[in-house]
Amino acid sequence: MRDFIVHDQRDNVGVAVVDIQPGHTAKGAALDGGAVADIPAREAIPLGHKIALRDFKAGETIIKYGEDIGKVVAPIRAGEHVHVHNLKTKRW
Amino acid sequence: MQIPRFKAYRRKNGQVGIRNHVIILPVDDISNAACESVARVIQGVLALPHAYGRLQFGEDLDLLFRTLIGTGANPNVAAAIVIGIEPGWTERVVEGIAKTGKPVTGFSIERKGDLQTIAEAARKAQEYVQWASETERQDCAMNEIYVSTKCGESDTTTGLASCPTVGAVFDQLDEIGGTMSFGETSELTGAEHIVKRRAATPEVAEAFMRTWSSYNDFINQHKTNDLSESQPTKGNIRGGLTTIEEKALGNIQKMGKRTRFAGVLKPAEAPESKGLWFMDTSSAAAEALTLWAASGAVLHLFPTGQGNIIGNPILPVIKLSGNPLTCSTMSEHIDLDVSQILSGEMTVETAGEKLLELMKRTANGRLTAAEALGHREFVMTKLYRSA
Repeated sequence: MRDFIVHDQRDNVGVAVVDIQPGHTAKGAALDGGAVADIPAREAIPLGHKIALRDFKAGETIIKYGEDIGKVVAPIRAGEHVHVHNLKTKRW
Repeated sequence: MQIPRFKAYRRKNGQVGIRNHVIILPVDDISNAACESVARVIQGVLALPHAYGRLQFGEDLDLLFRTLIGTGANPNVAAAIVIGIEPGWTERVVEGIAKTGKPVTGFSIERKGDLQTIAEAARKAQEYVQWASETERQDCAMNEIYVSTKCGESDTTTGLASCPTVGAVFDQLDEIGGTMSFGETSELTGAEHIVKRRAATPEVAEAFMRTWSSYNDFINQHKTNDLSESQPTKGNIRGGLTTIEEKALGNIQKMGKRTRFAGVLKPAEAPESKGLWFMDTSSAAAEALTLWAASGAVLHLFPTGQGNIIGNPILPVIKLSGNPLTCSTMSEHIDLDVSQILSGEMTVETAGEKLLELMKRTANGRLTAAEALGHREFVMTKLYRSA
């Protein structure tokens, strides 16, 4: 049973495809069929929301679909929820 | 691939429609009441009330006429009654629709009043609807219809499941010589460099970038914050989408993997030939679908994540979702559930085959969820303030 999906090998976040509970060791699947390391979830990640695959410092870039989806504005640890509280657009 | 076939309506100008509406079309807001009265008296006709049509000018007025004429000219429309406050602009709309060869008559209210106008228009509407009811469906093929796509209330499941499903269908429609269109100019922000690479020629790529930059400049000129909660919407954010870049990268999955787009269309402009076309549209569903209907699209594919419930009076909207929560809590709105893609129990290719089969059934006359639920959102795109 997969808990999250990674769109592209370059991605540093995954997308939860179930509601992931805190403390659960989340199992990932890659769209291209490649291997994805398990990530212990540090907090609840609702279905459709993003889980950090590594630690980030403010100013770093989140990659999804192999592309830039915005800048980190607060430190994030692997297994944490990535959303509007720590990720912002670079566009508007 | 064998080209799917179905029974549909071949119009005088050769275009194929999958519905057979008789519409009562107001030129302006103050003619809505007369149009709605006609539709109360004569059964089986469709009034299309809208909010504008007075004191517009320049490019905004051109778009109004293109939208009204295009709506009447759409192959899903068998015949049209046009009602306006005065005869000048009313006749301009009538003449535009008449170029298709379909029955169309205009009525104007000044020097007559609502009641006499309603009586005259109702008599003509009765004649049209009885005539249209005898039109027989004929054998037609999937590469004879014009299909548009736009997603709404997206979440991360649209980029994973429902948009790639539309992409799989668009790749197939492209191979069989279909006509397709995508748009949502502002919502390509963050993926515009990828869309640019998918243009058929360098000239088309430049035209696309000019259109996108113009929209982006307009947003930058008027924004008061980073647009969070507007674009992405509050619903997008609830579904897990964080930035416009992320939303755009999911959005463009609808283009498929192999298609190239042949050109850039103005809002409500009809494609010149077969293939995939980019149309400059708002990303708001009701406005955008009204523009596609006016450009001649007869079937719309609408991926949704959190559950946008949009419909259009003349353009059947097939809704598909990859979000299992939406598919279970809003099942009456969803025509195709592709949520098994998330669990790995369904491939995108299989979902594409299911969507193509549903398109064939819808073209044959099966009502979409939005049609059955009475969703008839008809919303003009207004470019600027009236004169």
